[in-house]
Amino acid sequence: MLEYQMHEYDVLVIGAGGAGLRAAIEASARGASVGVITKSLLGKAHTVMAEGGIAAALSNVDERDNWKVHFADTMRGGQYLNNWRMAELHAKEAPDRVRELEAWGALFDRTKDGRILQRNFGGHRYPRLAHVGDRTGLEMIRTLQDHGIHLGMEVHMETTALRLLKQDGVVIGAFGYDRERGRFLLFRAGAVVLATGGIGRAYKITSNSWEYTGDGHSLAYHAGASLIDMEFVQFHPTGMIWPPSVCGILVTEGVRGEGGVLKNKEGVRFMFGDIPENYRSQTADNEEEGWRYTQGDRNARRPPELLTRDHVARCIMREVREGRGSPHGGVYLDIAWIKSRIPKGAEHIKRKLPSMYHQFKQLADIDITEEPMEVGPTTHYVMGGVYVDAETQMSDVPGLFAAGECAAGLHGANRLGGNSLSDLLVFGKRAGEHAACFAKENRTPAHHGLDSDQIKAMAEHAVAPFERSGENPYRVQADLQELMQRLVGIVRRQEEMQAALEGIAELKKRANAVAVTGNREYNTGWHTALDLQQILTVSEIITRSAIARKESRGAHFREDFPSKNDGEWSCNIAVRQSASGEMTIERRPLPEMPDELKQVIEQMK
Amino acid sequence: MAVTTFRIWRGCDEQGEFRDYTTEVFPGMVVLDAVHRIQAEQANDLAVRWNCKAGKCGSCSAEINGNPRLMCMTRLNSLPLDRPVTLQPMKTFPLIKDLVTDVSWNYAVKKEIRKFEPRPPDAQDRTWRMSQGDVDRVQEFRRCIECYLCQDVCHVLREHSLHDRFIGPRFLVHTAALEMHPLDNANRTGDLKDRHGIGFCNITKCCTKVCPEAIAITDNAIIPLKERVVDEYFDPVRKLFRILRP
Ligand SMILES: Cc1cc2nc3c(=O)[nH]c(=O)nc-3n(C[C@H](O)[C@H](O)[C@H](O)COP(=O)(O)OP(=O)(O)OC[C@H]3O[C@@H](n4cnc5c(N)ncnc54)[C@H](O)[C@@H]3O)c2cc1C
Ligand code: SF4
Ligand code: SF4
Ligand code: FES
Repeated sequence: MLEYQMHEYDVLVIGAGGAGLRAAIEASARGASVGVITKSLLGKAHTVMAEGGIAAALSNVDERDNWKVHFADTMRGGQYLNNWRMAELHAKEAPDRVRELEAWGALFDRTKDGRILQRNFGGHRYPRLAHVGDRTGLEMIRTLQDHGIHLGMEVHMETTALRLLKQDGVVIGAFGYDRERGRFLLFRAGAVVLATGGIGRAYKITSNSWEYTGDGHSLAYHAGASLIDMEFVQFHPTGMIWPPSVCGILVTEGVRGEGGVLKNKEGVRFMFGDIPENYRSQTADNEEEGWRYTQGDRNARRPPELLTRDHVARCIMREVREGRGSPHGGVYLDIAWIKSRIPKGAEHIKRKLPSMYHQFKQLADIDITEEPMEVGPTTHYVMGGVYVDAETQMSDVPGLFAAGECAAGLHGANRLGGNSLSDLLVFGKRAGEHAACFAKENRTPAHHGLDSDQIKAMAEHAVAPFERSGENPYRVQADLQELMQRLVGIVRRQEEMQAALEGIAELKKRANAVAVTGNREYNTGWHTALDLQQILTVSEIITRSAIARKESRGAHFREDFPSKNDGEWSCNIAVRQSASGEMTIERRPLPEMPDELKQVIEQMK
Repeated sequence: MAVTTFRIWRGCDEQGEFRDYTTEVFPGMVVLDAVHRIQAEQANDLAVRWNCKAGKCGSCSAEINGNPRLMCMTRLNSLPLDRPVTLQPMKTFPLIKDLVTDVSWNYAVKKEIRKFEPRPPDAQDRTWRMSQGDVDRVQEFRRCIECYLCQDVCHVLREHSLHDRFIGPRFLVHTAALEMHPLDNANRTGDLKDRHGIGFCNITKCCTKVCPEAIAITDNAIIPLKERVVDEYFDPVRKLFRILRP
C-alpha cells in the first residue's frame, strides 16, 4: 500500500497558474530540468478566471504613466506595508513581461495605432491594464501553457503536494499523490517553487475554486518558513449575490472601469459620500467628472467607485447594514445607464464585457444592458503569504521559493486590481531563474536525505481516513467556512476572533477524525479531507495575525481599533512554526526605503 | 422546495452503472450545484471536475440528458425536472470514474502542433503593431476554454475513434488561431493534410453547435483551413510550383 513512484528534477514547481508556469518557463529556458505539479488539469488554474487585466506601465494610452507612478500607486494601495523593493521591481519589469507574452502569441486588445490597449482600474492613476475583453486570465494562462509545453517541462496534472521534504535545513522535494489514481508520489528536486495561489475556500462566500485551500501557505509553514501579512484578506466589493447558487462569483471591476456605478436602493451613488482623505485630490467630486474619466478624459479624476477594494467593500457593507441595500442584501451595480451617454450602448457593453453579459444572462436571468446587477463583497485574494527575498523569491528556508498569490510582500495591506497578474509574471520569472541557479549550485545525490520512515508516516497519515469511521469531511469544511465568514470576515472584533480560534481548535479535532468511503481513485471526499488539513492551518494563521494587529489598515478592519496607527503598526506580522511545533507570532520591521523612492512617493501624492 | 432525481453514472467502465440520487433543488441552481449537494450529502466520493463555476475554465464538461454541456452553465430550469436528469461522462475519452474522463490525449495532441513562430518585431520599440481588425478573427478562436465538448461530439472521434489520425475540432481551432495570427510565420498546411487529418472532417457542424464559447468552429476555422490545404496541395499551378521548388 505504501509504495510510491519517484521523480527527480532540478526544479519542482508546485502550481500551474500564471506564477508556476512563468517560473517553469524561466527555469526550463535556463537549462534546468523542470517538473510541474497541479491539482487541476493544465490550463484550469485560477489564473484562467482573471478578467480585468494585467497592470503594467506601458504608457500606450497615457504617456504620463511610467514605473514611478505605478510604484507609488501600488505603495499607496498597500498602505505602505509593501516591500518597497518588490514594488519597485514589479513596476519596472511588468512592461517587459507583458510584451514578452505578446512575443509568445498573446493577442491583447489594441489601441488605434495598433499597440496594446490599456484600461482604467481601481487605484491606478492612469489607464494601465493590458487586457483582452474580460477574459485576460485565459489569454495569459493559454499563452504560457502553449509556450511552456514546447520547452521540455514535465507536467503532472491532477497531482497534489501534501508535504515538503527537508534535509539539513534545506528543502529537497515534496511528497504527494495523484488525484486520478490515488497513488503516492515522491518528487526529489534541487529547488522547489511554491505557486499554489490563495486561501479563499476558508470562507463561505468566495470567488475562489475548490483548489484555494492555502496548500502552499501551509506547506511552507510546516517546512519552517515564515508567512507575513496573513491578516490581509481581500474582499472584493462586487460578487454576485443572487441567485444563492452563484453567490460569490466575481463581477469584474472592469464594469466600473467602463462607467458602471454603484447605487443603494434609494438610487443614491453612495460612494460620493465617503472619499478617504489620502485619495481626495485624485477622486472626482461630481458624477459628470467621474463619467468623463471612464471615457478617457485625461483631465478628469476617477469616480469614487474606483477607489480601492477594501474601501468600496466596506461602504457596501455599511449601506446594507443601515438598511439601504438591495432586496438580497447587496447594492446595485448599474452599467445599463451608459446607454444614455453612448450611441449603441448595449452593443458597446456586450463588446467590452462579454463574459459578464453572459454570466448574468445565463446564471441570473439578468440582461446587464437593461437592468442593474445586485452585488456584494466576496472573498477574493490573500495579500499575505510566504515571506520571500525581493530579488530571488527565496523564502527563509533555503531551497524553497514562492511566487504569485502564495507569496507576500508586493501588495502590503491591499492589492490593486491588475497587480496580481503582473506579479505572477514578474516574480514567477524571478523565482524560476533563481530556483534554477540554486539547484545548480547545490546539487545533492538523488537518494541522499530521504528518510523512509518519515515518508511512511506521511503516507499512513494520508490514508488514515479510509481506515476509520467518522464524520463526513464536507461537513467540517462547511462549518469552517461558516465560522471564518462570521468571525474573521470584513469587520473584525477581538472577542469574535478569540471565539474563532476556539472553533478552529475544535474543527481540527473533527478534521482528524473524518472518514471517507470508497477507494483511492478520484475520491473527492478523500481529497477534501486532505485539503482540510491545510486550510485549517491557514485559517488559524489568518486569525492569529488578525488578532495581533490592533489597528485598521487596508483590508484589515477592526471595529475595536477603527483607525490606522502608523506609530505602532508600520510593520509586518510574521507567523512561524517554532522548533517545538508551536505557532509563533512576531512583528517584523519594514525594510528601510531609499530616499529616492521616498521622494517618488512624495511627488505622486 | 422541489425535489429532483439525478441519474448519475457511477464507477468505471467495466463495472459502472447509473444510480439515482434525489435532492432538493432551489431557484437559480445549475446542474453542478445539484451534483455538489449530492456529493456533500450522499456520495462523498463522487468524482467530478470543476473550478470556476462560471463557464471560464472548461473543467465541468459532461453529457446532460445526452447533450454535451458545461454543468456549471446549465440551469435546472432549462431541463424537464418531472423525470430524472441523466448525467454521464463524455463518451469520447476513456473513463476514469463517475463523471471524470481521461482527457490527456488532448494535451498530447497539442504538443504535436507546430508552435507559434512570430516574425521579427518591426516597430521601433522592438514590438509589433497590429490593428484591432487584424486580431478580431483570432481572438474568437482564443476564447476557447478547452472544455473538449466539441471533441466529445465529433463523430470522427466519438464513433470512429480515429484519435491517432485526426486532431479534432478543438485543435483545428487551435491551428486556425496560429495560422491566422497576424504575426505567425510558420506553415501548418502540410501537417493539417497529413498527420492531423483535416480531410476526415465532413463539416457536419456538430462541434459548432455544442461550443459553449459560441466559436464558429466550422465556418470560421475549419473551412478556411480546408481551403488553405486545397489551395496549397490541390491547386494545379501551386502543385507544379511545389514540385519545382520543394
Ligand atoms: C474571478 C477572479 C478574477 C480575477 N481577476 C484578476 C484580474 O483581472 N487581474 C489580476 O491581476 N488578478 C485577478 N485575479 C487574481 C488572480 O487571478 C490570482 O491572484 C492569480 O491568478 C493567482 O495566480 P497563481 O499563479 O498565484 O495561482 P493559480 O493560478 O491559482 O494557480 C495555483 C496552482 O497551484 C496548484 N496547487 C494548489 N495547491 C496545490 C498542491 N497542494 N499541490 C499541487 N498543486 C497545487 C493549483 O492546482 C494551480 O495549478 C482574479 C481572481 C479571480 C478569482
Ligand atoms: S464539423 Fe468536422 S470537426 Fe466538427 S463535428 Fe463535424 S466532422 Fe467533427
Ligand atoms: S472550441 Fe468550443 S467546444 Fe471546443 S474545446 Fe474550445 S470551447 Fe470547448
Ligand atoms: S466549472 Fe469552469 S467551466 Fe464549469
